[in-house]
Amino acid sequence: MATVTFEDATRIYPGNPKPAVDHLNLHIEDGEFLVLVGPSGCGKSTSLRMLAGLEEVNDGRILIGERDVTDVQPKDRDIAMVFQNYALYPHMTVADNMGFALKIAGMPKDQIRKRVEEAAKILDLEEYLARKPKALSGGQRQRVAMGRAIVRQPRVFLMDEPLSNLDAKLRVSTRTQIASLQRRLGVTTVYVTHDQTEALTMGDRIAVLKDGLLQQVGSPLVLYDKPANAFVATFIGSPAMNIGTFPVKDGEVLLGESKVPLSRAVLDAMTPEDENKLTVGFRPENLEAATAQTPGSFPVEIDIVEELGSDAYAYGTLKGSDPATTGLQGGSLIARVDPRAVPRKGETVYFTVREGEQHNFSASTGDRLPD
Amino acid sequence: MVNALNISAVAPDPALFDLPWDLPLEDWPQEVVAALPRGISRHVVRFVKLSGSVLAVKEIADYAAKREYDLLKELANLSAPSVAPIAVVSGRRTAKGQPLDSALLTQHLRFSLPYRALFSYRLRPDMATRLLDALALLIVQMHLLGFYWGDVSLSNTLFRRDATEFAAYMVDAETGALHTKLSDGQREYDIELARTNVIGELMDLEAGSMLEEDLDPVAVGDLLVERYQQLWRALTEEETISADARWRLQDRINRLNGLGFDVAEMSMQTDPDGTTLHIRPQVVDAGHHSRRLFRLTGLDVQENQARRLLNDLDTYRVHSDQTDVDESFVAHDWLTHVFEPAVRSVPRDLRGKLELPQIYHEILEHRWFMSQRESRYVPLEEAVKSYIDTVLTHRRDESELILADTLQLPIQDDIQMG
Ligand SMILES: Nc1ncnc2c1ncn2[C@@H]1O[C@H](COP(=O)(O)OP(=O)(O)OP(=O)(O)O)[C@@H](O)[C@H]1O
Ligand SMILES: Nc1ncnc2c1ncn2[C@@H]1O[C@H](COP(=O)(O)OP(=O)(O)OP(=O)(O)O)[C@@H](O)[C@H]1O
Ligand SMILES: [Mg+2]
Ligand SMILES: [Mg+2]
Repeated sequence: MATVTFEDATRIYPGNPKPAVDHLNLHIEDGEFLVLVGPSGCGKSTSLRMLAGLEEVNDGRILIGERDVTDVQPKDRDIAMVFQNYALYPHMTVADNMGFALKIAGMPKDQIRKRVEEAAKILDLEEYLARKPKALSGGQRQRVAMGRAIVRQPRVFLMDEPLSNLDAKLRVSTRTQIASLQRRLGVTTVYVTHDQTEALTMGDRIAVLKDGLLQQVGSPLVLYDKPANAFVATFIGSPAMNIGTFPVKDGEVLLGESKVPLSRAVLDAMTPEDENKLTVGFRPENLEAATAQTPGSFPVEIDIVEELGSDAYAYGTLKGSDPATTGLQGGSLIARVDPRAVPRKGETVYFTVREGEQHNFSASTGDRLPD
Repeated sequence: MVNALNISAVAPDPALFDLPWDLPLEDWPQEVVAALPRGISRHVVRFVKLSGSVLAVKEIADYAAKREYDLLKELANLSAPSVAPIAVVSGRRTAKGQPLDSALLTQHLRFSLPYRALFSYRLRPDMATRLLDALALLIVQMHLLGFYWGDVSLSNTLFRRDATEFAAYMVDAETGALHTKLSDGQREYDIELARTNVIGELMDLEAGSMLEEDLDPVAVGDLLVERYQQLWRALTEEETISADARWRLQDRINRLNGLGFDVAEMSMQTDPDGTTLHIRPQVVDAGHHSRRLFRLTGLDVQENQARRLLNDLDTYRVHSDQTDVDESFVAHDWLTHVFEPAVRSVPRDLRGKLELPQIYHEILEHRWFMSQRESRYVPLEEAVKSYIDTVLTHRRDESELILADTLQLPIQDDIQMG
């Protein structure tokens, strides 16, 4: 078991002056499940490969436990990379399918046997060890694949989008399996995904990357409730947070036709670069039905309503805001509405943002402003 | 529900709509699927005959299907040795309205042999090495293009006969990415994964008693890495030569040509004192011999077949006393008087057995064999006739190798996950 530390770790690919990973600072606790998440090209895989020793570190260093491994060979780092793709071999038994990497590494047979049996016990596959993969269910095959990494008994697991090739149903069930297995094993794990739902449901903590830069690291709840900037705010959560940039006048932000008062702290944190504008965000589930008379309420013209049984989401346009200069990203506003009283298409309804659930970001930097 | 179907295709063929997209691929009726052998895969893959050609259909999540399709298109533009993309079909639903995964369609590579079918032949003992050389060359070619594969394996490779050797093609680009230039780390990871996968696949054949007894999977995997590294070094290494031995520059180019590569760009730098020269190939392109043959004759064949044909052309030039005639004239002569008559005399119904250039190669082999045995000069016409009667007629059809031929192979055991 071990901690993992990135200290100003930087990777610049030859022929590409922009760093793929730019001074990454990240400390991962022993036994922690850390998810690296971000859009395509943000540097997730590069960070993981740097940790694995498969990518040169141009600046900074990487530690596993107390040991600086920046210049240590991959095979001497005591980590196991869980391959994105794994094939189960039809003629080999489940035991051989699990242990073949150890056999390649030249480990004595009895030792392999022992490790495979231990892993099978954890994975609840003991009675299948002598069988062929054909006899297994889809979920059991997944577990055999995990067994391949477990038998290596590494100090750190690295997983790069291990679920991306599975269909939606299997992805959800495997997600839970990996997360609970990791907790049982207690092995420090760094998990890479582009899927924020995966990140929220699996990670102890999540690190959000964009353009090679770490945006925020924290528990799923912290990222959800207190996103450090406008990027994290929109990236985390589904449906995405409503976010837009609006004019500020006389201590109030003008959300379309309505005026919402701002706290002293927010107003004090604004700078001349913001040009009297504020980026405001609120999650679809934090909108409350209101009337025209409710202070701070704003009118929304409903375009469509999506009914999902237990939930319903209304999509509409914020009335009175000028889409040319300011307004909501994506143009439309999403609100969770009472599934038993959904608004009609074309109807104008009023919403307010639930007390304390409005997120304010600097219009110039996108950084979160104090509440 | 078919109205919601969305097809993006490189060459739109309305017949694509006639396939039973409302059925899970696994349940496609026997009339539409062609029973060709395949490698191990987690997705469901089937072959279908459509408008006279054979397509491979892979059922896969929409995002992944589109990604792989786009990547295969880019690779095709770079003339990479990979399968050609045909279409992505999305928005599939069952008759009851249940959504189905998208489908990625690629052109079935004619005359290609999955490794599992190859191992069912009684092949020469060095076959494993020749397959590995082909795979090592394929990985090098892909890496030179800046393609990181992410899942090199025998299952994700198709082999075609190429004279006495094999040529390898990439089938599965799902995990790949294209960059301007790969880092050493990306290459090393690819090759390490290749080693693990190949060893695993050979161990599997071993477990199924389909591997020659004395073949050691781990040794074969190590050999793959070695061959890859040798070739990579030969193609990219900087060499320091003394300024008065400039012939060594030509020597390097000749060596690369010998390996089947053209040098499109070479960087040369002298030391400040001018006594030494550093040379390093910057851009190299595979297919030296096949390009040369194509220029001379218009024949489009694989690299080793081209070597063989060029040798035959050289021999013809000497024997017909035309050493002082321009090569392109001789090539024209050879094509019309030697090559074409020979392949034309192969009966139509036997032409699907092997690619024509491969047939010509085998005719040359056969002729050599005949003249050795009978210690005499054997005219080509005689060799052709003997080859057709005694060899070709008895071979199985490899254009679209059918399952019945490889029944001893437990192909039905292939695992599909996901
Ligand atoms: N060999 C290379 N040469 C130049 N740039 C590269 C190379 N490999 C990766 N990059 C670039 O580095 C950046 C980070 O890439 P990386 O693969 O780490 O991103 P990622 O977040 O894992 O993306 P994805 O989800 O698409 O895999 C990208 O902009 C990518 O294009
Ligand atoms: N265009 C093609 N021509 C010939 N054979 C093909 C073609 N496409 C696929 N195949 C065969 O089908 C098999 C499975 O295809 P593919 O590797 O794309 O599936 P996969 O599910 O993505 O595999 P993996 O488990 O490696 O991710 C291949 O091993 C190959 O034998
Ligand atoms: Mg494959
Ligand atoms: Mg694949």
